[in-house]
Amino acid sequence: MSARAALADWLSLLRPGDWLVIAAGLLLCAYAGATLWRGGAPDKAVIRAGGELFGEYPLSARRTVEVPGPLGVTLIEIEPGRARVAADPGPRQYCVRQGWLTQAGAVAICAPNQVSLGLSGRGGQYDSLNY
Amino acid sequence: MTRSTIELTPTAEDRRIARHAAAAIVLTVAEAAIPLPLPGVKPGLANIVTLIVLARWGWREAAWVALLRVLAGSLLLGQFLAPGFFLSLSGALASLVVLGLAMHLPRRWFGPVSLSVFAAFAHIGAQLVVARLWLVPHDGVFYLTPVFAGAAVLFGVVNGLIAARLLRALSAR
Repeated sequence: MSARAALADWLSLLRPGDWLVIAAGLLLCAYAGATLWRGGAPDKAVIRAGGELFGEYPLSARRTVEVPGPLGVTLIEIEPGRARVAADPGPRQYCVRQGWLTQAGAVAICAPNQVSLGLSGRGGQYDSLNY
Repeated sequence: MTRSTIELTPTAEDRRIARHAAAAIVLTVAEAAIPLPLPGVKPGLANIVTLIVLARWGWREAAWVALLRVLAGSLLLGQFLAPGFFLSLSGALASLVVLGLAMHLPRRWFGPVSLSVFAAFAHIGAQLVVARLWLVPHDGVFYLTPVFAGAAVLFGVVNGLIAARLLRALSAR
């Protein structure tokens, strides 16, 4: 029996409803994967200035936020699912060069201007760091 | 003192259950030798026997075979009353309940593959619940649900196909 005939023989054992059940099972897998493995997807951006909460913004719409600090204005850009520090008056630009933040728990800190941008959401990659 | 002898005469049904349970136990023990990447993901080959008994001899005999298999299989593997035993037992009980319901689906549309997939999902479902309530009281158990569900579909289909093929061969004889 050729490989193709063998396969057809196996497939002949499947009845119409079986295909439905298999499809439903695969859908259930995909659904479980989509809901349980979404961990790390952020849902809002938290901006702090001078140690105080400056504002919380949902990561659903595009917007820019201007945050005043001791050196000047830090420009924060928010897009669906991500956020970044677009411009900062600080001398070394670490927070700007970090680029887009996409994971819950990620933080960009512009220390000279005392501004920080963090993403919060369910199931960040870590819940605390110790040094 | 009178000598009393208790004679147990096994019926044809008893012999049939014993024969099928023996086949299922062999599969359980053989399967335990297969190395698997994740604890909890098993082909469950013994369920092929349960499916065949269910189709040919009905739910009562299938329940006997499945439960005897869990009991004797755990004794042979040294798992009796260990956590793994209760996971197997809960999985077997849940799949028997589901099979008891699913066997009334129209046979023209739903074959052994459907029953096998249903039983596989009942298996992992019950095991996850028992694991969550008793062994690992943390929602982290559910993190692997997609893997278990994928294994249930895969092995459910494979076991169901094997059972369907054996049933065809048995009815042709």
